[in-house]
Order: sequence, then structure tokens, then C-alpha cells
Amino acid sequence: MTYHVLSLLVEDKPGLLTRVAGLFARRGFNIRSLAVGTTEVEGLSRITVVVEVEGLPLEQITKQLNKLINVLKIVELDPSSSVQREHMLIKVRVDNTTRSQILEAANLFRARVVDVATDSLVIEVTGDTAKVEALLRVLEPYGIKEIAQSGLLAIGRGSKSISERVLKN
Amino acid sequence: MTTESNPVPSAAASSSASATKKSDPPMLTGSGAILAALEKLGITDVFGLPGGAIMPFYDELMSSTAIRHILVRHEQGAGHAAEGYAAASGRLGVCIATSGPGATNLVTAIADAHMDSVPLLAITGQVFSTSMGTDAFQEVDITGITMPITKHSFLVTKPEDVPGVIAAAVHIATSGRPGPVLVDVTKDAQQKSAPFIWPPKIDLPGYRPVTKAHGKQIQAAAQLIVESRKPVLYVGGGVVRSGAHKELLAFAEKTGAPVVTTLMARGAFPDSHRQNLGMPGMHGTVPSVLALQESDLLVAIGSRFDDRVTGKVSEFAPGAKVIHIDIDPAEIGKIRHADVPIVGDAREVLLDLLPAFEAAAAETAPDIVDWWKRLETLRTQYPLGYVDDPDDGLLAPQAVIEAIGKISGPEAVYAAGVGQHQMWAAQFIKYERPGAWLNSGGAGTMGYAVPAAMGAKVAQPERLVWAIDGDGCFQMTNQELATCTINNIPIKVAIINNSSLGMVRQWQTLFYDGRHSFTDLETGSMRAGEETRMIPDFVKMADSYGALGIRVTKPEEVEPAIRLAIETNDRPVVIDFIVSRDAMVWPMVPQGVGNSSVQYARDHAPDWYEE
Repeated sequence: MTYHVLSLLVEDKPGLLTRVAGLFARRGFNIRSLAVGTTEVEGLSRITVVVEVEGLPLEQITKQLNKLINVLKIVELDPSSSVQREHMLIKVRVDNTTRSQILEAANLFRARVVDVATDSLVIEVTGDTAKVEALLRVLEPYGIKEIAQSGLLAIGRGSKSISERVLKN
Repeated sequence: MTTESNPVPSAAASSSASATKKSDPPMLTGSGAILAALEKLGITDVFGLPGGAIMPFYDELMSSTAIRHILVRHEQGAGHAAEGYAAASGRLGVCIATSGPGATNLVTAIADAHMDSVPLLAITGQVFSTSMGTDAFQEVDITGITMPITKHSFLVTKPEDVPGVIAAAVHIATSGRPGPVLVDVTKDAQQKSAPFIWPPKIDLPGYRPVTKAHGKQIQAAAQLIVESRKPVLYVGGGVVRSGAHKELLAFAEKTGAPVVTTLMARGAFPDSHRQNLGMPGMHGTVPSVLALQESDLLVAIGSRFDDRVTGKVSEFAPGAKVIHIDIDPAEIGKIRHADVPIVGDAREVLLDLLPAFEAAAAETAPDIVDWWKRLETLRTQYPLGYVDDPDDGLLAPQAVIEAIGKISGPEAVYAAGVGQHQMWAAQFIKYERPGAWLNSGGAGTMGYAVPAAMGAKVAQPERLVWAIDGDGCFQMTNQELATCTINNIPIKVAIINNSSLGMVRQWQTLFYDGRHSFTDLETGSMRAGEETRMIPDFVKMADSYGALGIRVTKPEEVEPAIRLAIETNDRPVVIDFIVSRDAMVWPMVPQGVGNSSVQYARDHAPDWYEE
């Protein structure tokens, strides 16, 4: 499966997310993750979407998205020229014998423990997809009780910003 | 859209906002602002039906002298009427409905306009903004429902937003690739007042349609065209919407290339022109279908490689390079790779392409003599035709439709429903101008014809307007005959009555072992002279609607009936042509196979490639 990371600069209008998500569903494009938030410009939001591409050219997705009136700009963020991060909260089963091993693993991944109970820990980890998945693999044998995961966030490297050219026009 | 078709504010169109001369903008209710905005935008005709949530606007509309409102009998009729109005004239069509079921009744017409790129503005009332989300009486989320079938949809909850939204909606609907835009206005936004500021600022930073093509691509296209030995101009509905027919004619004549006009493009290039091979696709002419198949260069102009044109895509025009001209970048490369993609308005692109072609042709002289020899052979061997004396003794439907076209001429407007009669009307009426042929191409909406013809007649009252309809289609929207009679819109309806859902029946005959599952409508005859029940009796129905009803069962009655219909202009006319139900649409490419499998008639698919 091939994934592409798209960053959409959009007008913050009611129903915008429905328009974007509906377009993906309607045209048969699968969304792997989605993250929405405000930007440095008032009235504009940013949607980071990880899309599965199989058989369908990415170009068709971006062209269809561009037809949405409230979508201002779409860029594909290549892993080599962007910073990409996921954020995950993991509730893992612990007991007196496993606690120190789990804490050590969390340390190695620069993850933080944000909740402690007698029989569980909540670990917060931030990183690219590979790192987050690696930590999950390490923790799995201890028993993962629950996961909450954000969509992928991505931003281009260097001084350019996605909103620059749009706002100039 | 042609430039002249953009709504231009007219001098007479400022009655309810004449106070703009003062420095302070006038205070208007939201509904007053809708009306004033429509008037300022030069809208002169709207189709609709009132209900609770749109009543404040209807109260304003009653006093408008600039806008004629036509009260329909069903909101779907308003939608298709607005479509027919737009398709015939190139001007924006406007339809109005109330919230809930009123709005959902517009949905079919909106979807239809979306598929066929018809500039349409749909205005709907919505429940009070304070009631939204509570499942209030007649509440539906119509902006949500129409998201996938509009170019854009707006929800207005504040009166001060009205002018800007209406102006933006009209701009979006009529520019770029035209399409439907829905504006949903809550009842409180209609009732409350705000300053009416005109012209409003239209702020659409995400909407910038490209109309002018890239020069480099134009050069590349010109070069491919002069090098091609088997070019075909594959012309679609975009040429009609863009108003590019004159430019197309000039370009086609300069290149000498054969032209095929898709279902949506009938009339974009004159049928009488020697270079026109007719319609391509599932029911296209043999020369047209095979020209595309054998071509080495398709110049697609405002066409979108619809499945009904391409057949099995992997086998479509296997040896052809593609130049794809379209104003919508998403159409380019969607179905078929474009060797030269050109994003732009068809008219502007053709204007640029002509001199580029001339320059390229001065270097490399095009040679398409052998190509034309091949095409002329196909044209001679496989003309369009039909059996004009069916075994059952009933009328040949093709003969009826051909007669209507011949007697009415190219200046008339022909709106068709969907099915066999639509295909015959596309095949056997000769179209010489864009806007003469209206139909539901992409969506295939049965019931389009009567309201679309009504809309066309309102837009162009001086023209003779026919609805060529089927007995199935007619029963879906014939309530608008009441609208036509009452509002003095004398359309002519030709029911091609084969007493069945003819196209489905044809497929059942061909592909389902003749098992005619639920396609008998019992509206006509099985056999000449046979007494069968007619439910309903269309002649009586016409009579009850105040229209002239005529029944035609014999060939010699066809022409007098058509002439009587043309002469009758004090009311609508309905002619019930009782035709053979066994007539089929030919040629045909069965679904799911390559276009080289086109059958000229039943079980008749010669080896096309024998010379």
C-alpha cells in the first residue's frame, strides 16, 4: 500500500470537513488518518490527510479537492522534505515485575508517562509513524489495554509556508 | 458559458433597491435582499413553489416587476425548467423551493445539472436557525444533502450575508465549468433586516477557474494535429456551454478533420456539415464510433470520456494520442491519459489553437486524404436507418421523430426525456445550432423533457419548443402541463408511446432472454387496430390540463398532427403517437465491450476492418 501525505489549507467554514471527507468517500479514496487544526492565519484551517493510493493516481485526488470552493491550497509533503509526527496515548498493563522494564522502554523512545495506576500506565509518545509503531511493538507483550492516536501532522522543512503564496494573491 | 450570457444588471432591474443612490445603504429584510440581489444580477425569470420556510421571500417576490415567477406543480419541475431555461439560452436558471420536502424535490434536478454542467441557482428556505438541528417540522439538511451534487452550497443564517452569498453563488454557477449552486436561507435570516450593500465584495480565494491555456501546450497540440494522419475532433457539451461553436467551426474547417458530436454536443457543430460524422458512443453512428476507434489522434474538446462514449476504456481508441481540452482540470486524465493536457475555456483555447495550427501546418502539411477515404466508405456503407413499417402495423418511432425534426427545422428547440426516444431524437433530428437540443445526458433523468421544454419556452418564447418524450418519462413530470396552460407557455409534447419502458425492454429483449420484467406500462397498443386499455389516456389527460390532445396511429396522420401542433399556440399541445414497441435503437455497442464490437443492427456486426 502506498501512502501520501497531503496538507490542505482551507477556509474555516461550516461543513468543510464533511465536504473534504465526503469527497474522499465518494471518489473511492481511502483516508488513513486525518488531522484538523487552526493555522497562523485567522479564518484558515489546515487539514493533514494521509491517503491510501492504490490504482488511482494521486493527481485525481488533488484535482478533485481543488474543485472544492473552500480549499485554497494542496501540497503533497514528501517524508524527505517535511517533518511528520504522530501523537499517541497508550494504556499498558503493568505489575511490579514489568513496571521498570516498561519505564525503561518508554525512556528509550523518549516517551513520557502521564498517568500511573497500580496495574496500568499511560504513556505518551510523539514521533513519526515508524517510531510510534516500534514502541507499540515493544509494549505489546505486556498487554496494551487502550490506544488513542492523533492523525499525522506534517510541515514542510525550510522557511517557506503553505499560506504564503495563497495570501499574496 | 459565453461572456454575453453572464447576468448583466439591467436598467429595469433595480425596483426594490433603488435607494442605493443615497450614501447610506437601504435597510432590507433578508428576503428583500435576495430579491434585490437577483434583480441586480439581471435575473428575469424564476421557477418555484412556496411553502412555510420560504414565505417571507415569496411575500417580497409578489411585488417584483422585474422578475417573473412561474408557479410549478412540483419542485422537480422547477429544477428541470430552470435547467431547460439555462441550456436553451445560456443564461442562469433559477429555481426556488421551501425547506424539507420542497428542497429534496429539487435534488434530482440539481444532480442532473451537476452532471451536465448546467448553470443553476437553487434557493431554498430553511427553518429558523434557532430550530435547526432539532428535527423541526420540514427540516432537512439540504446543504449537506446537496454537497456531492452541487458546485457549492451555502447556508445563510444572517440577513447581512445575503447579498454576498447570492452574488458569489451566481458567480460560481456561471463561471468556469458551470454547475448548480444551492443557497439555503433560514426563515429568520429572511425576516430580519440588514443594510443592503451592492455590489457586495465577493471573497472566494479558493475559486479561480483557468480559462486561458498555456501557450506551450497550444504549440504542442498544433504540432500533434499536423502530424496526425487520422485525427478526430471529439466534441463534447463543453463547446455548447462555452459558446465555442463558431470557433469550433472555423478550427474544424481549417484542419479538415472529422468531427464527432457527443450526446451533450449535438448542435455544437452543424449536422449538415460534411465533416460531421454524427454522434459517437453506445448508440452512435458507425462512422463516428469507428473513427474514434481507428484514430491516431483524438482532439477532445469539452468532452469527458464518458463510459457511454468509450465503451470498455481499455479498448477505446487504442492507437490514438490524446489532446484533451477542458476547463475542469479534474476531467483531464480522469479516464484516459492526455498526451497534451490543455486547461482552458473551449472558446479561448480554440481561438489560440487556430493560428498555432496554421503556423505548424505551414511547416508540416497535414495529410488526411486516406483517412477521409476510409471514413467516406463507412459513411456510405453504414448510414443511420430504421425499419419504417414495423410488423405490428404501428408507427415507426424513428419516422415520427424524424418528421418532427424535418417539419420544425433547426431553429426549434427539442427537449428529450431519457430512453429510446432520446436516442432516436439525438440520431434522427438534424441539429444545426447549439441550444437546439436539450437532454439529460449524464444523469439520465426520466421526466426531464416536459419541464425542460417549459423552461426553454420561457427563455425563448419566440422559438418553437418540442418535448420529445416517452410514455414512461411523461408520467413522471406531466403535471407541469398545468403550469404551461395557466402561464401561457405553449410547448408541444410528442409522446413516443410504445406502452413500455422502451430502453429497458430493449435490453431485456437483447440481454435477458426476452424476459420483459415490469416494463409494460399499458398506455398504448400492442398491435394496430387492437383495442387495449390506455392507462392513462394521454389525449384525455391533455384535455383535462387545458391542452390540445391529438392521437396519431397511422403514418398519414403524422404530418398533419405535427403541423396542427405547430399552428396551435393558444395552449400546449400533446400528441400521443402510438408506436411499435419492438423498435430498437441501432447501432449499439453492448455494455462492457470495446467499441469495435458495435452492432449496426441486431446480430449484424460485420468485420469493420475489411477494406
